[in-house]
Amino acid sequence: MFSYLFVILMVFAIFIYFYAKKYSITIRNQSGYLHSLPQYYGFYASLWFLIPSLIIISLYLIFAESFITSTLINTLPNDIKTLSSAELNLVLNDIKNLAVGNIANSSSFTEITEAANFYNKQNQLIDKVVFYSSLIIGLLTFTYAFKTISSSYRARNFIESAIHVLLFGSALIAIFVTAGILLSVLFEALRFFEVISFSDFLFGLSWSPQMAIREGQIGSSGLFGAVPLFAGTILISLIALLLAVPIGLLTAIYLSEYADIKVRAIIKPILEILSGIPTVVYGFFAVVTVAPFIRNIGSMLGLDIASESALGVGLVMGIMIIPLISSLSDDVISSVPQSMREGSYGLGATKSETIKKVILPAALPGIIGGILLAASRAIGETMIVVMAAGLSAKLSFNPIEAVTTVTVQIVTLLTGDQEFDSPKTLAAFALGLTLFVFTLFLNFIALKIVRKYREQYE
Amino acid sequence: MSNKSITEIVNKNLKTRYKKEARFKKYGQLSIFLAVTFLFIFFTSIISKGYSAFYQAEIFLKVDLNQEYIDPDNTNDLEEIRYSDFDGVINESLYSLFPQIIKRSDKRQLRDLMSSGASITVQQLVLDDLSLIGQTINIWLPLDDEVDMLIKGNIDVDLPEQARRISDMQINFIEILQKKGLIKNKFNKNLFLSGDSRESEQAGILGAFVGSALMLTITFLIAFPLGVSAAIYLEEFAPKNKFIDFIEVNINNLAAVPSIIYGLLGLAVFINYAGMPRSAPLVGGLVLALMTFPVIIIAARASLQSVPPSIRDAALGVGASKMQSIFDHILPLALPGILTGSIIGMARALGESAPLIMIGMVAFVVDIPTSPLDSSAALPVQVYLWADSPERGFVEKTSAAIMVLLVFLLLMNSLAIWLRNKYEIKW
Repeated sequence: MFSYLFVILMVFAIFIYFYAKKYSITIRNQSGYLHSLPQYYGFYASLWFLIPSLIIISLYLIFAESFITSTLINTLPNDIKTLSSAELNLVLNDIKNLAVGNIANSSSFTEITEAANFYNKQNQLIDKVVFYSSLIIGLLTFTYAFKTISSSYRARNFIESAIHVLLFGSALIAIFVTAGILLSVLFEALRFFEVISFSDFLFGLSWSPQMAIREGQIGSSGLFGAVPLFAGTILISLIALLLAVPIGLLTAIYLSEYADIKVRAIIKPILEILSGIPTVVYGFFAVVTVAPFIRNIGSMLGLDIASESALGVGLVMGIMIIPLISSLSDDVISSVPQSMREGSYGLGATKSETIKKVILPAALPGIIGGILLAASRAIGETMIVVMAAGLSAKLSFNPIEAVTTVTVQIVTLLTGDQEFDSPKTLAAFALGLTLFVFTLFLNFIALKIVRKYREQYE
Repeated sequence: MSNKSITEIVNKNLKTRYKKEARFKKYGQLSIFLAVTFLFIFFTSIISKGYSAFYQAEIFLKVDLNQEYIDPDNTNDLEEIRYSDFDGVINESLYSLFPQIIKRSDKRQLRDLMSSGASITVQQLVLDDLSLIGQTINIWLPLDDEVDMLIKGNIDVDLPEQARRISDMQINFIEILQKKGLIKNKFNKNLFLSGDSRESEQAGILGAFVGSALMLTITFLIAFPLGVSAAIYLEEFAPKNKFIDFIEVNINNLAAVPSIIYGLLGLAVFINYAGMPRSAPLVGGLVLALMTFPVIIIAARASLQSVPPSIRDAALGVGASKMQSIFDHILPLALPGILTGSIIGMARALGESAPLIMIGMVAFVVDIPTSPLDSSAALPVQVYLWADSPERGFVEKTSAAIMVLLVFLLLMNSLAIWLRNKYEIKW
């Protein structure tokens, strides 16, 4: 019904737009004056038609289902009404499926069939009410608006304030998204902490989220100590930063201080390509190329390197964040005032001495901000570790062993068969909350440092 | 005297200082060299693994579409014909190439050379043209992925027979067929024209491609208008106060939130709370839209900022209202820049897979989605799924899918650069 109603509303709105526009032009011709341009009157009239109808439709979308369900429950016989909520939901699902015709009528209960009929009737009734009321109310408000159109009516001001509200609303969405993330993750995480205590989660040393289904089952202890995950995440991110920070920083220094424009024009796009490669591709690269390579080197040296070693994952992640560090450092280094360089050269310093003793200290806060942003990216990175890192949570800082990370565990806990209320799935949200809070903290500090630094030289 | 000693000191150190200078410069060159080498290794690794997926071993068969097998009761009913024994006719034609083979187990080994997609090809041919029944047709049909791997040289024939998934006898069959010129590598249409499959020789990326296209459309339709509106508000109308600062901090942080968190949001809000279907492009598009929204705001603001104030002043000077000056003059001038930034943001959304995995897009979907509510895969998720598949044939498929994904990313980025060069005005 909706697409149908929507098309009708749009056709009406367009028609109204032209009608009101034409009407305002006749007013202008008659009285020789019109406050706003004619199209504003068109928009004005069709807005007055559309907005009330759209409000009715959205109210319907939000409330109709629960309203029908509650009236439906009221009509059900008492023995069904008193069922537990889970069972009641099953019955309701049956009724709804029957009503839509998804299942053949095999039910032996006449009550169910009756209820399905009732449900259908209610639905049709409400659909009809919404259909006509949205049209009629829209037309009523439109007639009211249409009557106000006169040569002195300020239609432009009305439209502009409407647009203003719309623009403001769009900006507000940023807050809603943050709040949405925080609330949805927090809400599920709190349910997790009802079962597992907060300190067990944050400081516990072993992680094995498999819950025992029957008593005495082996290997299904349901331990939720996240320290091994944090350790693994930090280990992999550290390896990544150890590779990416020197290379990224030196690249940035060379590009902004030594390289001529031609070299810059070639190297910069290459680094941009590196940063544009999807992480899932890096993950595949880590699995099929880097991991076997490192394993081979290890066996040549007589080391037994796990094929999912933290070293391999960290190196690939390092490659991924090189462009991030280099472009952020490049910005920072180029914004160090030229006068500082010239002062240093004037004292007889070589180029590298100037860079090491003048430019880098001056740019340090900005560079640290960039490194923090890169760290936050490495910690939150998912696909590389999901594909190339291990699954078992070992508390180890040995880079040639397989470790697991927070993001890997979130993905493993939430894919495959899941029941939504078990601590196992809820644990993913607790991990997500930790990840969110930690990266938020890092980003916040990093952005603050970078911004402060920028102001210093502007 | 003292003057001379300073010069001496300086001169004494000069050599080491110049050496240090040269060394430092070398470090810079080395790190750039490393970064470029990584990129080079990366592309060679992907391309060398994946190029062979674009062709596929096929066999030339004379298939006798005998009525005994197809529609024996002569019903001419399409449904009846659809369930005919097409495998049977193909097998007969295969046996006729090796009349000396009689033992059942040997015949079975011969049969196993064919892809299970072969009968579907023949079935489709017959369903399209019923007059073929009873005739003999010459046709190229796909071989099994293990055979394909053998022909591409990916299977070590020196291994003991038990360690291979292809037997000595089968290798012998293939050598004979190759000598007769009946086996050839053909362009692999399946890769582009079909959905996912458990059989690597039949698996294609069309389903994932359509899923990604649907998602990106939804993402763009939501994130672009909202992002641009928010940017206009913040750049042109927002008063300077604590609340607006708060919004800005939010936007900057959202742009740096790990993508998997958006996946958790989508799972909790869209799927568990609002009851939207799992693994549907609609939900994926919504999640990616939330992710791309802050990126578009940041790009749009930078672009709006770069329009010089004189344009605005001129518009206001001839009597335009503030809203008119923005929508009629500033926005059109800023639009190429906004589009450039948005396309780059969309390219990032195209490559994103972690949030899609969270909302259940890892399901095995064979059908090509026809609406945003159907279950679907997405290109990067397809890469992830294939990379996880143990069959040897999926390694090259994964690399091929990656190449296709990278080509699309490259196209989007080139479009962005082209837009920037063509329409950007340097003030």
